[in-house]
Amino acid sequence: MRKYAWRIYMAIIFAILYIPILTLIVFSFNDSASTADFTGFSLDWYRELFSSAETFTALRNTLILAVLSSLISTVIGTAAAEGIYKMKNKLVRKSVISVTNIPMMNPEIVTGMSMMLFFVAVAGFLRVEYETIGFWAMLIAHVTFCLPYVILSVLPRINELGDSLSEAALDLGCTPLQAFFKVKLPNIMPGVISGMTMAFTLSLDDFVISYFVGSSNFQTLPLLIYSMTKKKVTPDMYALSTLIVFAVFVLLVISNMKKDKNSPKRHGGRKR
Amino acid sequence: MHSIAAAPHIFWAVLFIVLPLLIVLFYAFTDKAGSFSIWNIVALGDYMPIFLTSIELAVIATFICLVIGYPLAYAIARSKPEHQKIFILMLMLPMWTNLLIRTYSIMALLDDGGFVNSVLMKLFGTDEPVLHIIGTKGAVIFGMVYDFLPYMVLPIYTCVSKIDKHMWEAASDLGCSPVKVMTKVILPLSSSGIISGVTMVLVPCISTFYISQKLGGGTFELIGDTIERQFLNGARNIGAAISLVMMILILISLAIMNKFTDADGEDGGIIV
Repeated sequence: MRKYAWRIYMAIIFAILYIPILTLIVFSFNDSASTADFTGFSLDWYRELFSSAETFTALRNTLILAVLSSLISTVIGTAAAEGIYKMKNKLVRKSVISVTNIPMMNPEIVTGMSMMLFFVAVAGFLRVEYETIGFWAMLIAHVTFCLPYVILSVLPRINELGDSLSEAALDLGCTPLQAFFKVKLPNIMPGVISGMTMAFTLSLDDFVISYFVGSSNFQTLPLLIYSMTKKKVTPDMYALSTLIVFAVFVLLVISNMKKDKNSPKRHGGRKR
Repeated sequence: MHSIAAAPHIFWAVLFIVLPLLIVLFYAFTDKAGSFSIWNIVALGDYMPIFLTSIELAVIATFICLVIGYPLAYAIARSKPEHQKIFILMLMLPMWTNLLIRTYSIMALLDDGGFVNSVLMKLFGTDEPVLHIIGTKGAVIFGMVYDFLPYMVLPIYTCVSKIDKHMWEAASDLGCSPVKVMTKVILPLSSSGIISGVTMVLVPCISTFYISQKLGGGTFELIGDTIERQFLNGARNIGAAISLVMMILILISLAIMNKFTDADGEDGGIIV
């Protein structure tokens, strides 16, 4: 009896979580522009979506940004985690970690706005239009908010691993760099990979910070969605959303199947 | 490797985290001409009602998330391991779907011309929308709960699922009633999950602007909307002042909440 009560409870919550998204998916296949009456099945909205160059530019921009920012933040972040681990002074160590965590703790709107003010100042300093540095501003902003997540997923691995392996490598004649790349890095790789994955997804998904930092000549998918919902919405936004939900679903399933193979039980992470 | 490995990151953090925040501070305490002024801070009194509304809605939404989310996390943690995986996946799909899409999907469902109303109108045979939901505070709260519920459930789930199964048995063997097992054993053991969940929901709720724009129908303003509007209108100084106050409020409440967890800040705060 009790068991059924729990089941019903879970079913209700999941239903509420999924009904809005499912409605969106269903209406993306509607053959009229109505978002309330389903008049018949069609792929018109997908056709319209794919016929717009804007969609593809935004998709390309989003992917370029996500790849670059996840790579850069993984390199800087992994080095930083190693450096933080080696710090002997507790106070320095603590303050570096606190500053690192700021973009994670701060509301996104504050991070986005502070970076926008910063880049406006930089553009003024360089005497160029904001648009000229638009892409770089976006890239730097994305790397900045990804960094704490990379560090937080690598640092525990380094702590766990300890010093003995790299000391052994040093005793056996490795240079410190060799000891890091040949011995330590392979051992902390799962943390590095999960940090990079998280950075990639966060960058793909980010709206608020991009909204403030971004400029008109560099649009990403979330920004495109935002501008689509500003106007009177046609179901091509539904079609785009359906494709995104589907892509997220596929990625989640793949990453979960991988997790089954090289087990440690970890789930997602803090997401904003 | 040496602690010098952290140097690029420290450089990055100072340049792109600390400096932008100092610029916010600068804007908050200057006027348009750039000379020192405390009028932005003084003028904040006018925004008091907006601050209070934002806090009110965010606290209500966080509380509802906790009340709905805790039993859900508990139910997931106590189901069969192979089912747990699926349930977590089902939670993560909406979580990784873009916030704009999730919020918009609610609007598409509940709008006056939305799916629910169109069904109800047919059912009751009227031409008037039956339910006026969009544009009320209730709609905004619903949107917040809907958007951020997974952020509450996941950390609590991680915590509850780590509790040794024998704790339940031990507690009831020693004479605890099921209610007492819950209040004396399970709740205290999952408190760190609760605190991360509350933070992860409260911060984005307080600072949101998209949810209130879409679901509030422009009838009232939250603090995020105000910041966004000030920046759109070029009133950067007052926008910076509001952000500064919001940031300080949030950082203080985070610090207070962190006092209740045993985390040392290194891997606390975020739950993986």
